[in-house]
Amino acid sequence: MNGIPILTLLTAVPVVGAIIAFFSGRHARGVALITALVALAGSLCVWMQLPANGSIGLVERFAWAPSLGIEYHLGVDALGALMLVLSAIVTLMAVDASHRVPHQPGLYFGLVLLLEAGLFGSFTALNFYHWFLFWEVSLIPAFFLIKLWGGPRRGPAATQFFIYTMAGSAALLVAFLAVFFATGSMDFIHLTAMAQSGALARDVTMRLGPVMPWLAIGVLAGFAVKVPIIPFHTWLPSAYSEAPSPVTMLLTGAMSKMGVYGLLRIALPIFGPQIAAMRTPLLVLAVITVVMGAWAAAAQKDLKRIFAYSSVNHLGYCLLAIFALAVPATSTMAHNNQAAALNGVILQMFNHGLTAAALFWFVAIIQLRSGGLRGLEDFGGLRKAAPVLAGLMGIAMFSSLGLPGLNSFVSEFLIFRGVFPLSWEAASFSVLGLLITAAVLLTIIQKVFSGPLPEKWASFPDLHHSERLALAPVIGLMILLGLVPELILHSVNPTVVNLLAHWRF
Amino acid sequence: MLAWTIYLSFAGALAEALLPKGKAALARWLALAVAVAGLVLAVIAFATGFGRGLNVIVDVPWVPSMGVQYMLAADGISRVLVLLTGLAAVAGVLFSWNIDHRTNEFFAFFLALIGGVFGVFLSFDFFLLFVFYEIAIVPKYFLIAIWGSTRREYGAMKLAIYSFVGSAMVLIGLLAAYTMSGSHSTGLIQLAHAHYPVSFQMWCFPLVFIGFAILAGMWPFHTWAPTGHVAAPTAASMMLAGVVMKLGAYGCLRVAMYLFPKGLDPWGFSFLGIGSWRDVFAILALIAIVYGALVALVQSDFKFVIGYSSVSHMGFVLLGLMTLNQIGMTGAVMQMFSHGILAGLLFAIVGRIVYERTHTRQLADLEGMHLSKTLPFGAWAFVIAGMAAMGLPGFSGFVSELQVVVGAWQTDPWWTIAVGVGIVIAIAYTWRAMQRAFFSDKSPSMHELAGEHGHKLAPITWPEVTGFTLLAGASLVVGLYPKILLGAIEPAIRTMIAGGIR
Amino acid sequence: MNYADLFRATLPETALEIAALVVIVIDLTVLRKAALRARAAVAALLGVAGCVAGLWMLQLQGTAGFSYGGALVLSGGGSAAVAEAAILVLTGLTLLLLVDSTFTRHVGEYVAVVLMAAAGGLLISAAQDLIVIFIGLELLSLGLYILTAFAKTSGKSAEAAIKYYLFGGMSAAFLLFGFSYLYGLTGSTNLHDIMQATLWTNIAQSAMPLLYVAVVMITAGLGFKVAAAPFHLWAPDTYEGAPAPGAAFVASVSKVASFALLIAISTAALHIFDNTAAAAQTAAHGCAAAAPQYLGFGSPWFTILAIFAVVSMVLGNLAALVQSSVRRLIAYSAIAHAGYILIGLAYFSYAPRSTEALLYYVVTYGLTTVGAFAVVDVVEAATGSDRMDAFLGLHKRNPMLAAVLLVLFLSLAGIPPLVGFWAKFNLFAAVLEVSAGVVPFTLVAIAIAMSAVSLYYYLQVLKRAYVMPSIEESPLRIRPATLIVLVAVALAVLLLGCFPALLGGWINGFFPAI
Repeated sequence: MNGIPILTLLTAVPVVGAIIAFFSGRHARGVALITALVALAGSLCVWMQLPANGSIGLVERFAWAPSLGIEYHLGVDALGALMLVLSAIVTLMAVDASHRVPHQPGLYFGLVLLLEAGLFGSFTALNFYHWFLFWEVSLIPAFFLIKLWGGPRRGPAATQFFIYTMAGSAALLVAFLAVFFATGSMDFIHLTAMAQSGALARDVTMRLGPVMPWLAIGVLAGFAVKVPIIPFHTWLPSAYSEAPSPVTMLLTGAMSKMGVYGLLRIALPIFGPQIAAMRTPLLVLAVITVVMGAWAAAAQKDLKRIFAYSSVNHLGYCLLAIFALAVPATSTMAHNNQAAALNGVILQMFNHGLTAAALFWFVAIIQLRSGGLRGLEDFGGLRKAAPVLAGLMGIAMFSSLGLPGLNSFVSEFLIFRGVFPLSWEAASFSVLGLLITAAVLLTIIQKVFSGPLPEKWASFPDLHHSERLALAPVIGLMILLGLVPELILHSVNPTVVNLLAHWRF
Repeated sequence: MLAWTIYLSFAGALAEALLPKGKAALARWLALAVAVAGLVLAVIAFATGFGRGLNVIVDVPWVPSMGVQYMLAADGISRVLVLLTGLAAVAGVLFSWNIDHRTNEFFAFFLALIGGVFGVFLSFDFFLLFVFYEIAIVPKYFLIAIWGSTRREYGAMKLAIYSFVGSAMVLIGLLAAYTMSGSHSTGLIQLAHAHYPVSFQMWCFPLVFIGFAILAGMWPFHTWAPTGHVAAPTAASMMLAGVVMKLGAYGCLRVAMYLFPKGLDPWGFSFLGIGSWRDVFAILALIAIVYGALVALVQSDFKFVIGYSSVSHMGFVLLGLMTLNQIGMTGAVMQMFSHGILAGLLFAIVGRIVYERTHTRQLADLEGMHLSKTLPFGAWAFVIAGMAAMGLPGFSGFVSELQVVVGAWQTDPWWTIAVGVGIVIAIAYTWRAMQRAFFSDKSPSMHELAGEHGHKLAPITWPEVTGFTLLAGASLVVGLYPKILLGAIEPAIRTMIAGGIR
Repeated sequence: MNYADLFRATLPETALEIAALVVIVIDLTVLRKAALRARAAVAALLGVAGCVAGLWMLQLQGTAGFSYGGALVLSGGGSAAVAEAAILVLTGLTLLLLVDSTFTRHVGEYVAVVLMAAAGGLLISAAQDLIVIFIGLELLSLGLYILTAFAKTSGKSAEAAIKYYLFGGMSAAFLLFGFSYLYGLTGSTNLHDIMQATLWTNIAQSAMPLLYVAVVMITAGLGFKVAAAPFHLWAPDTYEGAPAPGAAFVASVSKVASFALLIAISTAALHIFDNTAAAAQTAAHGCAAAAPQYLGFGSPWFTILAIFAVVSMVLGNLAALVQSSVRRLIAYSAIAHAGYILIGLAYFSYAPRSTEALLYYVVTYGLTTVGAFAVVDVVEAATGSDRMDAFLGLHKRNPMLAAVLLVLFLSLAGIPPLVGFWAKFNLFAAVLEVSAGVVPFTLVAIAIAMSAVSLYYYLQVLKRAYVMPSIEESPLRIRPATLIVLVAVALAVLLLGCFPALLGGWINGFFPAI
């Protein structure tokens, strides 16, 4: 442990903010904004202090429950730090987007900040115990945010969300307890090392019998629900569409990344060989997620549902890359391909978080003006009434469909660049997803912004200044990252190399 | 110094009994002062005794002709449980702030109960322990019978009879242990060195263990618990679930297992795979875990849900004890603390915060009241307490249950499966109760609507907030930094294991 | 015969008799025209003075006892002294209850009868000779019959008295019958000689059945006195019908005296284990050198006691469960308590350990019962009934009285830290110290289980006093004399429970150190 426990403090910031927000009633939004800004500054600070060699830095580690062999172990590499930054940005956006909270604003913003704390915690914890703590902690505010402030069918949506995620968590917990029984350790780094040396599989098989593949499946199931992977996704459309839009931003922008992050930090390092053994079926699931996600989006009439399914599709690329690279690297070439894919995954996580959150924000803005309407067929020709809105949302959508020059292009390109050589079949099928997504998004642009302007939307107000001010940095960031991906990649790449060096398939 | 927790409580009880009638406010403040003083003493003793072993407080002959000593002492386990009692006592007084019927008598009985509980946790003489154990039983009867609610006289009598049947078994064990030891002493330490023959321990161990375990809610002797809890007034059910059930579990550990360790040895034959008393009690504990949770899942009365959940959670304690290993037994003591805090909190929420305002505990009735909006404090308090009770990481329940699970695994992996089932059902029933009681979307009927407009729910008062903060804070602190308790419990358990429990 | 010795040995009895005469004389002469309350107060106080004098005499008389013709007739010191002191104290307490009673106008006679009966009690506590035992028993019993009938206006009182009298007469006949067989078989009326003869010399094999008949008859007669089942039938009626102070006397003093007698007989039966005698006997009969201190089931006497014990505990406790009259409840619980004590007698050791435990139990039980009847008396005086429902709302009508009731009943149920618990624990520990076999363990287990049952009916009364809604809320007054008794008894029960060594040490002081 060195000097200031910056990661603990970072996690504590939103907790303190949440407590203040609980009791500040009408002023809760201000409190939340300030907290989110402080948290963003803190997360950027963490990003700046990363070790140059891509290893894990800012480590905090001390004995916590010695009888159980549990340590309080925190630390981040570029992967974790990037997720911290993303969480901070998305939370800030969500707070910003929450203009009108119909009731109990203190509670609302408090829960949002608690959710942020959960995110921070789970992206920094390196011991299963604490990681799981934050994983669960983030779930509960999300549940209540949907349950109490959601749309008309919020009750079932929230319950479904909770039960799915809880069931996934239970599978995770069981798997990890089994690992813990066999090895006496819950430390990710330690377990990774054990997996790399083969000691883990040996110990588990010796103590518990040939259950290693089942443990891998348990862990994967936990993450599959969170990301989600089709067919574990059915909670998602109703949760995303029933949740208030700012909450949906958090769900898709940050919480879904917990799943991907978990795959990278936990599943692949610790259960690498088992995942490699199941690579083909997993790749099939990933391709299905990509294609069916896009296809389902095409069938929707509700903007939120469309973006929800397109989120499934976008995260499918991450899954595709992750499962594709789960193969022993036999040559430098293969290694480079893995590195490219992994770079792409990490970048895609960030980009999708940013873009998807922005899209849901735009939906919120439209809903604010339309009195709650958000159907694809409800609008038309808005470009004429609200040109700035149309323009900015257009940029976000183009980012989403992967237009070169915008952020998502880089990451998706890297993913396909890596995946093609590793599994050309999967990559080829997945291209289908790219095409359908493009079609879907273009349809939206056409139906909502082009065409004749109906009478009732003639006075559709454009973005006002505060909204422009808030949105500008986000759109700017999309463009910036599209042009200079190196901003992120220069830190991510060493981490990718470092990660791959510790993985064994 | 710790002995003063006992004397203070009894003195407080006496003072309350002598207080003139009608001075309700005085009675409350007096009770609070006594309880807080007890808590302060407990905290100081806990802090100063941290990391130290057995600390003898008083040891004087009491009845020299029989070798009975008045011996009060505290090891890590005692200190933890005394701390729990202190916390529960303060919270109990706070959540009883609204009692205005025979207030001084209420607190007199309450403090007498507390004094007895402190006494049990500090006694290192079997006879003395038994005396305090019985002292703790009688006030419970009156607390429930006089200030209780649903079927209070029935519940109180059932509780009293069960308790006394249990203590009768313990008394037989006490007499047997005393006469068989030949050491002419009733001191626990002397008795533990008596080297009883195995055949003697084989029948005396289950006798004493069951005698204590009845009060710990061991299945199938648990039936007093739900009815008793439901009938009891809030503070009494807090104390019942929070502390009194721990008396039973503590007795199992401190007396039955400590004095008769060989009673846990294999019988030498096995029947249906059960080959020792240890297997028997472990299986009963597992049944309690699963059965209690299942029954909690289908209750229509909110308080019954919590009542049966107590049975389930106490199953963890007994299972942890039966693991006979360091981690499992440490977990059992942890779980005693954790469940003491959380069950108290849950009963406080259901009995005081909700019931005193809505005057119903039927989940079906509560569904129409939209308590998350009309009573947000209650709703969120229950969310926090419920999450903690279902074993969410970050609260004390998770740490203790995890330790029990790990201990059980080390003993017999099959046990963990039943435990896992119990944990999953625990999530389900807590969730169901929470949904239906607080977050239901069911629209109220016209009748209820009219009623709702007729009277607004009374506002939350400061004692409720304070009590909640105290208990939830304790659970959170322990959950976030379990070393606080582990540092005290572990050495004590290690000593006990070294002393013969295997 | 040395009359000086006899006088010395019967000093306390003499004190009581003189007091009885003085009371009658003063009541019938000086106070003839005085108000009833004044007469009652004077009579009771004179009676108490007699008891105090008796206690003082007890101090003076020493431990020598009285022998005639080389055989001990009246023992001194030891268990007899403890029982006598207890009888005197309890008599004093029951007399105090009279001060506030109104059931009779003949207070002088009442006090005189009480004192004379108490003298009978003192006599049997010390008696070592069949004749003296019988005389003492009759003196006591006749007094009790009269006391039971003393409420002349009450039909119940008369009914109870006639029942008591008939049963008592019959049991006296049994006893006398048994005594006569014993005398016939052994040629002696001295307990120790009889026991020696029956146990160690050759009673002809053909005569053994006669011995059994004698033992059964005697236990039946004495079982009647201590209200052990199945000779308990008189107890509920008497407890219910007798005026409260009289009932208290029956329940306490007569119990103590009768158990003292049983202790004396048991001690005599085990006299052979007296250290000196044991050596001689082992030499003569070739027994193991380390003779046991206990006869166990080798002796029909102890077998019968054990059977009585079980029957009494079970029947007394179960029957008490269904009572609605508090007096009858106390009566059945008395039967149950007699059962517990009989276990102690069934497993009796010659060492003072058993005697000490038994006396401790009997004395504290008598004390508690006097208090209980005092409470019943107060409630009855106010409500005219001893039904359980008469106790409704007692805590409101008089918190003090309710608190005393709580303490006394919980003590009877054996809840620590009250004296009843310690007495039980001590007694059972003594039993198991004598023999830790299966049978004594079973007996003790039954006793403990039954005392758990007993809690139920005690709580039924306490429930009405504390829990159930009251019908009548007017305050209930306690008069000072009764108050003294109540407070004294309750404090004693509490203090002796917290510091059991006080009484235990005092009792042990009467026995020579071993």
